[in-house]
Amino acid sequence: MIKIADVVIVGGGISGVAIAYNLAKKGVKNVAVIEKSYLASGATGRCGAGIRQQWGTKMNCKMAKFSCEFFENAKEELKYEGDIEFKQGGYLILSSTEKEHEQFKKNIVLQNSLGIPSRLLTLEEAKEIVPFLNTDGLVSATFCQKDGHLNPFHTTEAFAKAAERLGVEIYRYTEVKDIIIEHGKVKGIRTDKGDISTNIVVNAAGGHAQVVAKMAGVDIPVYSERHQILVTEAIEPILDPMVMSFSLNLYCQQVPHGGLIMGRGDEGEPRDLRVTAGWHFLEEMAKTITSLLPPLKNVRMIRQWAGLYNITPDRQPILGALNEVEGLYLAVGFSGHGFMFGPATGVLIAESILGEETTLPIDMLNMNRFEKGQLIFEPSVV
Amino acid sequence: MSDNSIVCRCSDLTLEDIRKLIKKGYTTFDEIKRMNRAGMGPCQGRTCMPIILKEISIITGKPISEIAPGTYRPPVKAITLGQIVETSEGGGNEHD
Ligand SMILES: Cc1cc2nc3c(=O)[nH]c(=O)nc-3n(C[C@H](O)[C@H](O)[C@H](O)COP(=O)(O)OP(=O)(O)OC[C@H]3O[C@@H](n4cnc5c(N)ncnc54)[C@H](O)[C@@H]3O)c2cc1C
Repeated sequence: MIKIADVVIVGGGISGVAIAYNLAKKGVKNVAVIEKSYLASGATGRCGAGIRQQWGTKMNCKMAKFSCEFFENAKEELKYEGDIEFKQGGYLILSSTEKEHEQFKKNIVLQNSLGIPSRLLTLEEAKEIVPFLNTDGLVSATFCQKDGHLNPFHTTEAFAKAAERLGVEIYRYTEVKDIIIEHGKVKGIRTDKGDISTNIVVNAAGGHAQVVAKMAGVDIPVYSERHQILVTEAIEPILDPMVMSFSLNLYCQQVPHGGLIMGRGDEGEPRDLRVTAGWHFLEEMAKTITSLLPPLKNVRMIRQWAGLYNITPDRQPILGALNEVEGLYLAVGFSGHGFMFGPATGVLIAESILGEETTLPIDMLNMNRFEKGQLIFEPSVV
Repeated sequence: MSDNSIVCRCSDLTLEDIRKLIKKGYTTFDEIKRMNRAGMGPCQGRTCMPIILKEISIITGKPISEIAPGTYRPPVKAITLGQIVETSEGGGNEHD
């Protein structure tokens, strides 16, 4: 293991590898990523890996649009020999109340003003996209063809391999145990395989972000919550877009391989670091999805698992430097939508570490927004 | 076993596919599964897991007992979403 690094990144999920890649691309020589298990073993490898630009705040629309454009060109940029399986089948988002429909109208105006080609649909138009959609109880829909999903393992590998080619050292099966602080400044990290001296540490530890922050003596306002998901056997292609509804609390997509991946937020999930699978989720998921997409009744589900959402008070990530400890940066609190922001996270954190002007204004995502009371309210989340 | 013997029937993978990944440094069952879907099919890895663990052991020289086996995830047997709905709550009782 190296003894000295310019930057050490804790966590080998999409955020960690994207930050490492961007630092190396900008010429930073000694970058190390420390991952306690294998890459994408956290939320990244457990997530739906959907990306949508249909958001309700300017910031989120811009982060998602940036990332979507990155993924469209990822093959050339990252030169990955495998396939990241980016499928732009669109997101069909359904409203089931008048209030939600009103919000959708506002969202579309915002999205279109930022160059996002989304549109408001009647239920008849929604049925043209998904003919077997049961529209009972629904009001309207929005659709953006450029939204879609990826294979999260290969996307992470693609960033990791590109980063390694640029000289980044990735230590798998290595756990960060402590962060060494002297006089309010980062001096290094301690792992189960040895110590590394460094002046800059990035906390990209996903569901364990609060545990890693504690190592630097810092309390961050996040908690982790289990979210469950399942996959069916592979069947013929029947579903082009990701189907999602905030008010019905569900999402479902068919991946290129043929399996349908679906999830929903279950009530009363444990707020700890457990990632076991439960029966209650399965029942609720099966009921809601077969009511909305009836042909799925006959499809066999083959696997169920869970991952952690790392949640902030306003359900927006915390990005950037931490004022209390010099040299400590945060890329945490993605609140269930950090996969799609990965490319933007990578660029923005690299820029802020290097003191460059950031591509998107990330000041509003700094942790000090909670002290200042400047929370961001995103109306469109599951 | 020859290089083109099928190891994972669900995901149609040969021994060669598996050996390539092990040689590239993916030396646990879970990593191989995530790279090429070995064990992600309806059988949940019941056929391929022992073969893959053995192959990892041969190539890396580690005893099988030291190689992390894959995670078994529910359900044990594939079940339709419709059946789950029927057996939930009162539904299951009505059938008896
Ligand atoms: C069921 C589910 C569905 C989701 N669906 C979507 C979706 O469709 N779209 C979307 O954009 N987002 C989705 N998300 C959210 C998304 O998965 C996360 O926001 C994103 O993956 C976070 O990436 P990360 O790299 O920040 O964290 P993680 O992927 O969790 O990576 C953190 C890594 O840090 C490592 N680590 C932790 N502590 C230490 C330590 N002490 N030392 C070394 N390593 C350590 C962990 O092992 C882990 O690999 C979903 C999440 C879940 C759970």
